[in-house]
Amino acid sequence: MLKGIVTVTLKQDVLDPQGQAVQHSLKTLGFPEAQNVRIGKSIEVWLEESDSQKAESRLKEMCDALLVNAVIEDYRFEIVEA
Amino acid sequence: MRCAVLVFPGSNCDYDLYKAANSVEGMEAEYVWYAGDSLHGFDAILVPGGFSYGDALRAGALAARAPILKALRLAADSGVRVLGICNGFQILTECGLLPGALHRNSGLRFICDTVSLEVSNTATPFTTGYAERADIPVRIPIAHGEGNYTCDNETLRKLEDNGQVVFRYAGSNPNGSVNDIAGISNLKGNVLGMMPHPERAMTDWMGTSDGRILFESLSG
Repeated sequence: MLKGIVTVTLKQDVLDPQGQAVQHSLKTLGFPEAQNVRIGKSIEVWLEESDSQKAESRLKEMCDALLVNAVIEDYRFEIVEA
Repeated sequence: MRCAVLVFPGSNCDYDLYKAANSVEGMEAEYVWYAGDSLHGFDAILVPGGFSYGDALRAGALAARAPILKALRLAADSGVRVLGICNGFQILTECGLLPGALHRNSGLRFICDTVSLEVSNTATPFTTGYAERADIPVRIPIAHGEGNYTCDNETLRKLEDNGQVVFRYAGSNPNGSVNDIAGISNLKGNVLGMMPHPERAMTDWMGTSDGRILFESLSG
């Protein structure tokens, strides 16, 4: 069994109001060095598959079909032993 | 005119839309469940607002992959009129029938308000009725947390050049939408997505009846 870990982030040119709000809070908490915050999400997919190359290509298909909206999001992933 | 009102798990404006459509002369609405596979015989398809699938993953993402969407695509391609309101608009962008995406309001807040709109294109099958009152802003309610329309610059240029921006927020922009966009159509003009809720603006006692004009244009 393998596990795919997909990290989805907003594209750099898409405004992230949530990140801005969090950055503001960090600043008021005494972390002025936190200049910019961007929030994404992590999606874990357990795969009934032992071949990591096959798993990788199927996971990419899943990202394109549903997990990621390419209009506003970028993604990267890794495959690990589950 | 026979209209289908699609119902997904978590749709919550389906009844309002059904009632609104049925209150317009010449329009007859019926519900179609998301698991169905046919929209044969319908002249228009109405995709309601709400929180389909609880907004899991992204607003509209899962509904955009539901079984009925295959039939919706076929209908849209054959020229049947498709109207997506609020979550319906999100579903139409997620499934690719409309370009761009709707993301978090720039102010982060869920906004429930009645806004003024400019009808930027009165030549679509949904908006001909607004031509006579082009100078008076249209008042229609909004209620959304993710109505911030965004797209790349090339898409935006095409939308503007082709007259696909159908509704714009007039006065103030509530959610950060690029070019104040509140509603867009596809290139052919038979698919319209909009964040404001015309089905909540059908009679004066609702505060405004400006939404009725849209349904009357559609049935006309």
